[in-house]
Amino acid sequence: MGEFLLLMVSAILVNNILLLRFLGNCPFLGVSRKMDTATGMGLAVIFVMTLAGMITWLVYRYLLVPLSLEYLRTIAFILVIATLVQFVEMVIQKAAPPLYEALGIYLPLITTNCAVLGVAIINVDERYDLITAIFFSFASACGFALALVLMAGLRERFALVAIPKAFEGTAIGLVTAGLIALAFSGFAGLV
Amino acid sequence: MLTGMIAIGGIGLVASILLGIASKVFYVQVDPVVQAVTEALPGANCGACGFAGCSSCAKAIAKGKASPDACLAGGAEAAVAVAQILGVEIEVREPDTARVGCWYPPEEADVRFVYDGVRDCRAAMLLFSGSKLCPIGCMGLGTCVSVCPFDAITIGERGLPEVNKNLCTGCGTCVATCPKAIIQLTSQTRRSQHLYRVDECTAPCQRTCPAGIDIPGYISHIKEGDYRAAITLIKETNPLPLTCGRVCPHPCEEQCRLGRVSDPVNINHLKRFAADYEMGSGVRITPYVAPHTGKKVAIIGGGPAGLTCAYFLARYGHAPTIFEAMPQLGGMLRYGIPEYRLPKAILDWEIEGIIGMGVEVKTGVSLGADLTIGSLQEEGFDAVFLGTGAWDSRGLGVAGEELEGVLPGTRFLIDRGLGKETPVGEKVAIIGGGNTALDAARTCWRLGAKEVTVIYRRSRKEMPANDIEIEEAEKEGVIFHYLAAPTKLMGENGRLTQLEYIVMELGEPDESGRRRPVPKPGTETVIPVDNVIAAIGQFPVTGFLKDNGVALSRWNTIEVVDEKTGATNLEGVFAGGDAVSGASIAVEAIGAGRRAARSINLYLRGEEVSVPDEAIGKDTDLLDPEEIVRVPESARARMPELTVDDRRLSFKEVELGLTEEMARGEAERCLRCGLLCYRREGR
Ligand SMILES: Cc1cc2nc3c(=O)[nH]c(=O)nc-3n(C[C@H](O)[C@H](O)[C@H](O)COP(=O)(O)OP(=O)(O)OC[C@H]3O[C@@H](n4cnc5c(N)ncnc54)[C@H](O)[C@@H]3O)c2cc1C
Repeated sequence: MGEFLLLMVSAILVNNILLLRFLGNCPFLGVSRKMDTATGMGLAVIFVMTLAGMITWLVYRYLLVPLSLEYLRTIAFILVIATLVQFVEMVIQKAAPPLYEALGIYLPLITTNCAVLGVAIINVDERYDLITAIFFSFASACGFALALVLMAGLRERFALVAIPKAFEGTAIGLVTAGLIALAFSGFAGLV
Repeated sequence: MLTGMIAIGGIGLVASILLGIASKVFYVQVDPVVQAVTEALPGANCGACGFAGCSSCAKAIAKGKASPDACLAGGAEAAVAVAQILGVEIEVREPDTARVGCWYPPEEADVRFVYDGVRDCRAAMLLFSGSKLCPIGCMGLGTCVSVCPFDAITIGERGLPEVNKNLCTGCGTCVATCPKAIIQLTSQTRRSQHLYRVDECTAPCQRTCPAGIDIPGYISHIKEGDYRAAITLIKETNPLPLTCGRVCPHPCEEQCRLGRVSDPVNINHLKRFAADYEMGSGVRITPYVAPHTGKKVAIIGGGPAGLTCAYFLARYGHAPTIFEAMPQLGGMLRYGIPEYRLPKAILDWEIEGIIGMGVEVKTGVSLGADLTIGSLQEEGFDAVFLGTGAWDSRGLGVAGEELEGVLPGTRFLIDRGLGKETPVGEKVAIIGGGNTALDAARTCWRLGAKEVTVIYRRSRKEMPANDIEIEEAEKEGVIFHYLAAPTKLMGENGRLTQLEYIVMELGEPDESGRRRPVPKPGTETVIPVDNVIAAIGQFPVTGFLKDNGVALSRWNTIEVVDEKTGATNLEGVFAGGDAVSGASIAVEAIGAGRRAARSINLYLRGEEVSVPDEAIGKDTDLLDPEEIVRVPESARARMPELTVDDRRLSFKEVELGLTEEMARGEAERCLRCGLLCYRREGR
C-alpha cells in the first residue's frame, strides 16, 4: 500500500508528467484558457490514459514480448491509443451526449497527446506489473489534470491583472507554465 | 521482419474490426438534415455565428434556432445552400449592425469606485457588478473589442466602444459577450418595432413620448447639422413629424431634466424644424422597405393611428389598405385641427409620403355601412386594424338645445374641414375646455365673431387643452369663464338668443383625480349669445363595432387585451388610437399605431404576439438622479408667431417655425440624458 502511495506522490507531484517530464504541452497551453474546458479535458485524459496504460501494457506483455517485437512498441502503441480514443469517442457520444458536446474537439486531441504515449512507454521501461502500470497511468493522468486545472485557474485571473502588451496571450502562458514547473521541482527528493 | 509486419498488421486489423463493430453498436443517429447543413457550411469553425464551431451552428440551424444565413464566413452562398436543404426561402432582411447604447464613459459618469488593473468587462461585472453607479452603463474595458471577429469595434476617443458600420456584419458576438447588454443589434426595422426596456439606457423625454421617439438622438443630429439624419431617426417611430411638430402638447417636455433648473428644451419645435427641413428640401427620406410578403392588412380609419400603422406595415413588407369613411385621409388632424394650426397643404404632403411607401387607400368607405370584418377577411385580408377614433359627441343636456344656433363642436370643425361655410354670429359661447373647445373658439374669432367666450366648469389648471392654445386664445381676446356651467339656453322664434350659466365650486376629487365641480345655487347669470358650441367631449362611435363582435370596455371604447400589443378579442384584429383610449392626443394614436404594426407583423409572420417582460410601461419606475447639478440656466428658443392683428379674419398658420440658427442653439441646450447621466459643466 505504502508503495502505491509513494508512486502516487511521485507521479502527481515529483515527476509530474506535464511540468517535469514536459509531455503533453500542447493541450496544456491550448485548453487551459477556461476552467470548465480544462476540467473536461482533465477528466477525459484521466479516463483515456488509465485505459491506454492498461491496454498497451497487455499488448506489450502478451503480444510484442512473446514475438520479440519490442522494437515495434512505439508504432504499436500509437495504433492502440488511436483506436482506443476513437472507441471512447463513440461510447461517449452514445452514452453521454452532453459530455460529448463538451469534449467534442478535445477527444481527438488526446489521440496525439504524447503524454498518453509517454506513460505507456514509461510503464514498459520501468517494468511495472499490470496493477502498478494501471495505477501509475491513473496517477500520471491525475497529475496532468491537476497541472491543467491549476494553469486554467491562473489564466482566468490574467483577465484581472495588468499585463504588459508584449506578454499578453501565449507568452505569459509559457512564463507561468515555467514558474509552475519550477515550483513543482521543489518536490524533488520528496520520494 | 515478417513477424513484425504481421503483428502490426494484425493489431491494425483487430483495431479496425473492433472499431467497425463499435461503430455499429454505438451508432448514433445523426439527423440527416444536420449532417447536410454541416457539410454546406464552410467548416472554418470561426465562431462568428456565435456558436461553438460549425457543427453546433448547423444543429441550431436545423432546429430552427438560428436562421439559415447564420454563417457569416460562408456568406450568401452558404445561406442559399442551407436554405435549399431546409426547403425554405432566404428572406431578405435589413442587415443588422451593432449599436452602443451608452453615452457616458466612466470618466464622465458617476462611478462607485475605480478598478485597478481589471481588463475585462465580464471580470469587472463579477467584482461588485461593475464600477458604474448606473447598472447598465458601459465600463469601457473593451471586451467587445477583443471578441469582435471582424475587428469592427474600437474604443473611441471618449473611452466608449465605437462600431465601424462598414466592418460590422451583425454577427452578435459582442452582444453575447457584453455582460450588461449595452451593445445591441439594431436596424431601422428593429428600432421601429422596439419597445423600450428597463435594462437599456433611455432619456426621460424619450420614454415619456407616447410614440417613443429617440429624442436625444435626433436633437444631437440637429446639433451636428445633420437634419436628414434627424428626420430619419424620428420616422423610425413617428411618420407624422410635420403634424406632431405643430400640434403635439409634448408630454416629453414636462419630463425634460433641463426643466428642473431652467426652461425645458423646446423638443417639439426642434422636431418641427427637422420635418420642415425635409419638406423644404423637397426630397423625401427613403427608409428601408422589406421585400413584399404578400400579406394584406385592412386598416379602418385614416387618422394618425391608421396612417402610422399602415406606414410601418408597408415598411415591413406587407400590403396595407386604408378604408376611410371621410372623403380624405387624416382623421381629426384634418377634420378637427384648424388650418391656422396645421395647414392642410402640410398635412397633405405628410400623408402623401406615407401613401408613397406602398399604402393603398379607399376613401368614402366605412366599416359598418360598406364593409364588415368578416367581408374583409373573405376578401383575403390577413389582419385588420381598427383606428376609427372618437367621432361621437355628447349634447349639453340642458333645456333649449334644439334651438337654431346651437352647434356640436366637432360638427362645426368637421364642416370647416370639409370646406363648408360655417357662419357664426357676433357673440359666441363655447362650452368645454378641451382642444375642440379652444379650436372652435379661435376659429369663431377668425370668422369674425366679436365676442367669443369659453365656459368651462373647472379652473384653468384643470383645462385639458394644450397650454399653448389657451395662451394664444387669451392673446386673441377670447374671454374665459372658469368654474361656470350652462343651465339653460333661451331663444325667440326658435332661434338662440341667451344663455344662462351657474357658478361652480370645486369639491371632492372624482375617480379621474380631478376635483368635481358642484354648482353654487343662486349664482345664475344670463348672457346674450348668437351661437353656442358644445364641445364637452368626444367618444367612439360604437354601433358598428358591436355589430362586428368587437369587445368594448365600460367606457365604450374598444377593449384591447394588452395596451402594448393592441390585440382585441378577435383573432387577427388589432386596434389603437382614440377608439381604444378615448379622445386623447395625436402622438398617443401614433404610438398605438406603431405598436399595433409591430404586433400585426409578428402575427403575420406566425410569431407570438407578445411584449417582452422588460418592456417599460407607463408607470415603470426607473432610476433618476435626485438633483440636477452643474447645469447652467439657459433661455429656451421661442417660436416666432404671427401678430394678433395678422391673425384676425385669416387662417394663416400662426407659428412660423424656428430658424436654423435658433434650432441649432436650442439643440445645444439638450443635456443628452441617459438613465442617470446627463451633460454637466466641467466634465
Ligand atoms: C378639435 C380637435 C383638436 C385637437 N387638437 C389636438 C392637438 O392639438 N394635439 C394633439 O396631439 N391632439 C389633438 N387632438 C386629438 C387628435 O386629433 C386625436 O387624438 C387623434 O386624431 C386620434 O387619432 P385616431 O387615428 O385614433 O383617430 P381619428 O384621427 O379620429 O381618425 C379616425 C378615422 O377613422 C375614420 N372612421 C371612423 N369610423 C370609421 C368607419 N366605421 N369606417 C371607416 N373609417 C372610419 C374617421 O373618418 C377618421 O378619419 C385634437 C382633436 C380634436 C377633435
